[in-house]
Amino acid sequence: MDLTVAHQFDDAEQQQEASTLGMWIFLATEILFFGGMFLGYTIYRAMYPQEFAAASRHLDVVFGTVNTAVLLCSSLTMALGVYSAQLGSRRMLALFLGLTMLLGAVFLGIKFYEYYQKYEVGLIPCAGFTWAGPNPNQTSLFFVFYFIMTGMHALHMVIGLGLMTVLVLLTRRGRFTPSYYTPVELGGLYWHFVDIVWVFLFPLLYLIDRSS
Amino acid sequence: MSTMPAAIYTREHYLNASYGWKSWLLTRDHKRIALLYLMSITFFFFLGGAFATMVRLELMTPKGDLFEAQTYNKLFSMHGIVMIFLFLIPSIPAVLGNFLVPIMIGARDLAFPRLNLLSWYLYIIGGVFTLWAIVAGGVDTGWTFYTPYSSLFSNTHVVLTVLGIFITGFSSILTGLNFIVTIHTMRAPGMTWFRMPLFLWSHYATAIIMVLATPVLAITLVLVGVERIWHVGIFDPAIGGDPILFQHLFWFYSHPAVYIMILPGMGVVSELITTHARKRIFGYSFVAFASLAIAFIGFLVWGHHMFVAGESQYASLMFSVLSFLVAIPSAIKVFNWTATLYKGSVSYDAPMLYAMGFIGLFTIGGLTGLFLATIAIDIHLHDTYFVVAHFHYIMVGGMVMAYLGGIHNWWPKISGRMYPEGWARLAAGIVFIGFNLTFFPQFVLGYLGMPRRYYAYADEFQVLNVMSTAGASILAVGYLLPMVYLIWSLKYGPEAGPNPWNATGLEWQTLSPPPPDNFEETPIVTEEAYNYGPHRRASV
Amino acid sequence: MSEAVIERKTYFFVWAVLLAFLGVTVGVAYIHLGWLNPVAALSIAVIKAVVIMLYFMHLRHSARLVWVFVGAGFVWLGIMFVLSLGDYLARSYLPKPTTWLP
Repeated sequence: MDLTVAHQFDDAEQQQEASTLGMWIFLATEILFFGGMFLGYTIYRAMYPQEFAAASRHLDVVFGTVNTAVLLCSSLTMALGVYSAQLGSRRMLALFLGLTMLLGAVFLGIKFYEYYQKYEVGLIPCAGFTWAGPNPNQTSLFFVFYFIMTGMHALHMVIGLGLMTVLVLLTRRGRFTPSYYTPVELGGLYWHFVDIVWVFLFPLLYLIDRSS
Repeated sequence: MSTMPAAIYTREHYLNASYGWKSWLLTRDHKRIALLYLMSITFFFFLGGAFATMVRLELMTPKGDLFEAQTYNKLFSMHGIVMIFLFLIPSIPAVLGNFLVPIMIGARDLAFPRLNLLSWYLYIIGGVFTLWAIVAGGVDTGWTFYTPYSSLFSNTHVVLTVLGIFITGFSSILTGLNFIVTIHTMRAPGMTWFRMPLFLWSHYATAIIMVLATPVLAITLVLVGVERIWHVGIFDPAIGGDPILFQHLFWFYSHPAVYIMILPGMGVVSELITTHARKRIFGYSFVAFASLAIAFIGFLVWGHHMFVAGESQYASLMFSVLSFLVAIPSAIKVFNWTATLYKGSVSYDAPMLYAMGFIGLFTIGGLTGLFLATIAIDIHLHDTYFVVAHFHYIMVGGMVMAYLGGIHNWWPKISGRMYPEGWARLAAGIVFIGFNLTFFPQFVLGYLGMPRRYYAYADEFQVLNVMSTAGASILAVGYLLPMVYLIWSLKYGPEAGPNPWNATGLEWQTLSPPPPDNFEETPIVTEEAYNYGPHRRASV
Repeated sequence: MSEAVIERKTYFFVWAVLLAFLGVTVGVAYIHLGWLNPVAALSIAVIKAVVIMLYFMHLRHSARLVWVFVGAGFVWLGIMFVLSLGDYLARSYLPKPTTWLP
């Protein structure tokens, strides 16, 4: 009896098929979850284009670009991690998972530093928001969405780091083989999804109108 | 009545396979989880009913004399929140779906049993937060939480409540995910899609809605919570926010949610009608595809809740037309159930009585939905008791009756015992009479102009209101009776045997109650779903 | 396992493409293209997302059923966007009434 096949499944293939489908369906729910925020952002940006553009210019493009690059690299390391698992290379798997986590932590570090910067200049809507330009209220809407959307994204990154930690621990215990590495694959799917969310957040928040 | 020790006590099945609270609270058996849900849902049903009782007591007199205005607002809000999120949305899927989906497809369990248990715990945790909010004073925003009242002005426990609903929402999402994956990947050999009982098609369609709609509710509640906690004015018109944005986001979930609250009932009715008329369903594929059509089109109509909210007239027109469209698959189902009854061998057991009640009452509820979908009429009827009657006809006259019918139909399978048929028929009749007496006057009240969510009304509406309250008291009796005799039957009901209705379906081919792994060996399916007819041999 | 193993060099190539597109996105943002700016930014984001899904997430070699659910997620997102934005855009089509009808 294959101990890695749960009793409700007939065989490993059915289990893997079901688990993969399940994770993708979960990611579809996440598309709708983030989608609600994107909808709100879209509507307010359409209503207040000038204010949103002005606010966007106050975000640090360098940090944003670096963070995007960091996440794209972390997706690479994650994919290489899954590759290592497929080939049964435990050490490489642990290494790539660790690298992915490191890059994720770098992302979060930069992000929180950006938040701190915003606090210092008074751009956090509930904590001493000051805006010298016109229409501070509508402008604050941009920052509300900035913090909620990147905050929700950061929360998902933290959860992702938690998942990676679990995967590293299981790897060290020798749980994964070339015929069973489904949790690694699923963890990878989650990680790449969170990366994709950022791929959309970056241009929508940081690059509204940089040409003025 | 059996005085011999029942085989139920000697054979191993899912109820006696292990004992102790840990074996129930840490179970992975979908059947036990279904029972956990059954108990918690029943609790919330009666809690929601208690709020309804208080509402109806207040409405017996035209003046607001029993409760203060704000208290009354809290009563109808809590009634709606508890009944919708903690009773109706889980009800059939979490109880009957969890119990039957694996058995009906010939599997040992759902695809993700631990996720299933997590679903229940999330439901309980969400319920606890909601209860906490109730005990702390409740919310007065209505179950719809319209902004900016809910996000800026209400002085009640909005954050606690939306947190509770947020958590319960994940219970819903995980249940839906489990059903979808199970039905796709774990059907027994020979169980093709078109050999599945229609119960499964309905639950599949419901699961799609749960999975795609609920996340939007989740983010909407997050936004309301954030606005309240940090005073940031996402929906605050004073700073340029748009309350209509909240309504779009809210109803994007909440309209499909009403299809979560009817599709499982329709699935149950398909089973009840075929079983108790001993006839194959008329137009199987039409009914199957109608379920999917309802689920899909149901996502396109949410704006019909916003005709008078400031929605653009072109958008309203579109939503109105689409709302007419969604009635078509529902009507197809009603025709097909009725056609199934024709020349069937109908036995008027309680499940059949509930199913027939469903068909009639759901039809009325659905047709009145068309009135409301007509923009010109909706201008007059919006926010009146006509709307209240409309949705209660569907949710109570439809879904709750289907739920009761399903509980009775599968009670022998779940418990191994038969319920007392005479009492069950009586209860079904009392429910039907009580229901109509409660809610039909509300159509008239709404048409005459009585607004909903008001605790005081014009004197001329009193007679109809008193009728409605009287009906509610009868309805309460109808709901309490099954509690009594079903529990009674657990000890004193006759043993049911594997197939007391002589029905088709894999669930009736296994023992009552089923063994922990559902079947002694994996069934192989060679026949279509409702293989009744002269050539079918009795299986018992 | 029935999973196809994608070569490492494919992953590195995809990664390079992603970084290149990142550069393009940022660069184009500094050029004034009017309404084309957001179009360009979103298009590039979509390409990056598709590439990540197809290769890093192995969607290219995944079952058709998975494609259906991924598609469903985006289609439903589209429904939410189109019908909601439709309301906002259509609000100005009809003139506001200036007198009350009797």
